[in-house]
Amino acid sequence: MNRTALRPLARILEARSRGENPDAIERENLRIRHEQMRDRARTRAEGRLLVLGIMFFCAFSVIGVRMGTLSASVASEPRAQATGASIIAQRADIVDRRGRILATNMETHSLYAHPQQMVEPVRAAKALAGIFPDLNEERLIKDFSGKRKFVWVKKKISPEQQQAVHDIGEPGLLFGPREMRLYPNGSIASHVLGGAAFGREGVHSAEVVGTAGVEKYFDEQLRDPAREGAPLELSIDLTVQAAMERVLYGGMKLMNAKGAAAVLLDVHTGEVVSIASLPDFDPNDRPRPPTEGNPSDSPLFNRALQGVYELGSTFKIFATAQAMELGLVNPDTMIDTRGPLRWGKHSIRDFHNYGKSLSVTKIIVKSSNIGTARIAQMIGAERQKQFLGSLGFFEPTALEMVEAKGGKPLLPPQWSELSTMTISYGHGLSATPLHLAAGYAAIANGGFQVTPTLLKQSGPKYGPRVMRPEVADRSRMMLRKVVTEGTASFGEVRGYAVGGKTGTADKPKERGGGYYKDKVIATFASMFPAHDPKYVLVVTLDEPSENSGPKPRRTAGWTAVPVAAEMIGRIAPLLGMAPELEPGKVAGITLTAN
Amino acid sequence: MTEMVYGAVPVRDGEPVLPKWWRTVDRWSMSCILMLFGMGILLGLAASPPLAAKNGFDPFHYVQRQALFGGLALTAMFLTSMMAPQLVRRLAVLGFLGAFVALALLPVLGTDFGKGAVRWYSLGFASVQPSEFLKPGFVVVAAWMMAASQEINGPPGRLWSFVLTVTIVLMLAMQPDFGQACLVLFGWGVMYFVAGAPMVLLVGMAGLVVLAGTFAYNNSEHFARRIDGFLNPDIDPTTQMGYATNAIREGGFFGVGVGEGQVKWSLPDAHTDFIIAVAAEEYGLVLVLCIIALYATVVVRSMVRLMRERDPFIRLAGTGLACMFGVQAMINMGVAVRLLPAKGMTLPFVSYGGSSLIAGGIAVGMLLAFTRTRPQGEIGDILRGRLR
Repeated sequence: MNRTALRPLARILEARSRGENPDAIERENLRIRHEQMRDRARTRAEGRLLVLGIMFFCAFSVIGVRMGTLSASVASEPRAQATGASIIAQRADIVDRRGRILATNMETHSLYAHPQQMVEPVRAAKALAGIFPDLNEERLIKDFSGKRKFVWVKKKISPEQQQAVHDIGEPGLLFGPREMRLYPNGSIASHVLGGAAFGREGVHSAEVVGTAGVEKYFDEQLRDPAREGAPLELSIDLTVQAAMERVLYGGMKLMNAKGAAAVLLDVHTGEVVSIASLPDFDPNDRPRPPTEGNPSDSPLFNRALQGVYELGSTFKIFATAQAMELGLVNPDTMIDTRGPLRWGKHSIRDFHNYGKSLSVTKIIVKSSNIGTARIAQMIGAERQKQFLGSLGFFEPTALEMVEAKGGKPLLPPQWSELSTMTISYGHGLSATPLHLAAGYAAIANGGFQVTPTLLKQSGPKYGPRVMRPEVADRSRMMLRKVVTEGTASFGEVRGYAVGGKTGTADKPKERGGGYYKDKVIATFASMFPAHDPKYVLVVTLDEPSENSGPKPRRTAGWTAVPVAAEMIGRIAPLLGMAPELEPGKVAGITLTAN
Repeated sequence: MTEMVYGAVPVRDGEPVLPKWWRTVDRWSMSCILMLFGMGILLGLAASPPLAAKNGFDPFHYVQRQALFGGLALTAMFLTSMMAPQLVRRLAVLGFLGAFVALALLPVLGTDFGKGAVRWYSLGFASVQPSEFLKPGFVVVAAWMMAASQEINGPPGRLWSFVLTVTIVLMLAMQPDFGQACLVLFGWGVMYFVAGAPMVLLVGMAGLVVLAGTFAYNNSEHFARRIDGFLNPDIDPTTQMGYATNAIREGGFFGVGVGEGQVKWSLPDAHTDFIIAVAAEEYGLVLVLCIIALYATVVVRSMVRLMRERDPFIRLAGTGLACMFGVQAMINMGVAVRLLPAKGMTLPFVSYGGSSLIAGGIAVGMLLAFTRTRPQGEIGDILRGRLR
């Protein structure tokens, strides 16, 4: 931009020579510049005002058009706008391994009120309190006659209740369509399923979200419209699950236990065929989480998956299996079992005195702590850690339930030689019954690591090899002998050749400081048939006490084993296994001709 | 000689005031305003009886009051529109100072009428909302400052006006009254735009607004819920929006008939914020389009007339007043048709409300005063050969 100087020297000199006031020239130039500025501002403002005017015109036109489209659309009750399709089958069903329904949806209605539309609020409140005894009549009267414009009365009502509310004839009581989650089998597999609740909620539809279990773990998948409602197929078998829960409940009551858990695992696929924890609950009416007391006493607590316990002598088989794998011992190697075995200020004792020495097989059969500890000493801490880690004892199980993360095993802070010895017979390392089942499955399937899963599998799924097949084979022989001639003699089920190991662990006190003398966790980890196992069953009883004798008996052999035997007798036929004769020679069977 | 003998004859400004006013005022806009006021009374007849019944007055209590305040408002409008821009400016600055002080004293002397925000002075027979009166005064003062800054060696008026704006916006936000605060901010923005805001700054500010909006959405649950509720195609029938939308649908093109509407019984703000819904239900789309056309005429005509205005102060002040008027109407109607998120804002001249009516009358009077036909120095342009 070329600006004229306010005081151009040539003109000023000229004016001076003519005797004129040069300031006039400056003022003149100032005026011209001012006018130019104003003109510029004006032209710019003209353009911008035009833009503004057009913008306003357009905005008013948009509002007018919008008004027009709104007016042209059909007037309808807003709550009728939501189409039925959007809330039907919004959450996929959950089925068991044979396609039987575990969780499905049911159409129902919610009940809400518009108090300002009510004719007789007090009468309506009284009638409602009559239909729904859990509603507080005074509260309803207060809500209906106050200033509130909207009141939720009930989230889910049955058709009969809906008809009864209709019959009140109150125009201010309205129904909203709802889809609720229904668990037709009640409390069966309650911990697996978890439960569902309403999430975000409007008048004409509500979101159903999983609150626990597989419902929560697979929440997005179940709600994914792209899956078109394809049901979620679990590995659970409903009949087996029902039988297991029934037997377990009976066993828990007979053995005076306060809780119980059981896991049935397919050793080849890792499928959890049934998993139970007692006490349980009804997922249709899931209780609130307890606010006080020990959360592990709540029915919501899944002992099989979240409960980490010292599982006692059931661990011994891992020590002997590893020792055989490393070539340190064979089943007939004699191990020194003189007791008590002193280690620093600790001493390790056996339940009975087993004499000077026992063979490795006998150590398992008789469940000798001292013998196992000696074997663990031969293995050493590092190798023991590595082996237990490969069986999955250091991490929470990867089961497809949100609760699985809660079952993180408790490991000794420092894996000393003493820890090595105590862990070999199941003290000092706490794990869940499901961990134990996965560990036993590795022995049962010939030495492959197993990852438990809740999803139906199409074929065997083996993890990496953790022991040689011969070692697994010999370990199974030992476990079989535990039943035929050892601590688990009540575990014999004719035709199913049960093998397994008992474990009775004193319960640690909650506040530390040692163990209870009269509270135990009794566990029986079994596999059947022992010569070619298909399933692993772990039964755990919390604080059992068998009181038929003069003294209460708490060992697993008297408590968990009979329960497991009854369970196997019931569920093996359900699993399609026919009773069969055990091949090979087993001590104790004598064929006699009459 | 005559003058020396008889004393000076008082010099009259050529024409008498009234004829000159009639000749120069924007009669189209003025007619539109009068029609809007008439519609306000008409709709008040429909919309306010439920409220009167609730508060225990005669059915048309609020209509009478509306007529009374409307009379005052129209008088104020006529008087203001007859003034010269200079006089308007002087009075507006004085009025602005008064309203500003009143606004500042609100936390001490004001009442909230149980609505949670301290915005009113209770005078017994009526209540006054100072922020309504502040708006036109503010526009004039800000325009004056900006116009002054365009003079050579003028004061830094844009900065001053910006500081003033921020102060007022903060004061309004404290009440809290975000609607008015936004309106004030918008008025200033429009004036700044017309006064020649640099393009870079405008683009930058637009970006900043988007950023701030995103930030607020992510961090304020209240804000996010409002926006989500707005974006959600499902209308909750229990909200005011649900009722308003339904009322517009019920009305259709020609309405359900005078006095037959239902929405006024369920909407607590039927006579103020949602009066357009009442209009749509009872009189149909026809009346609504009329109302929109009236507002659009006032705003667009004022803009066009201001385009020819040579005085920067008049141009800016006129722009600010016209835009505030238009935007207030636009927001009110935009909310009712769900183009904008819910925000309480009255429909100028149509909604019930004493303060807003009188203040609106003054504001429109000022606008009419500024848009009067004046010699714009076209001769000078012709002489310089710059007539476009």
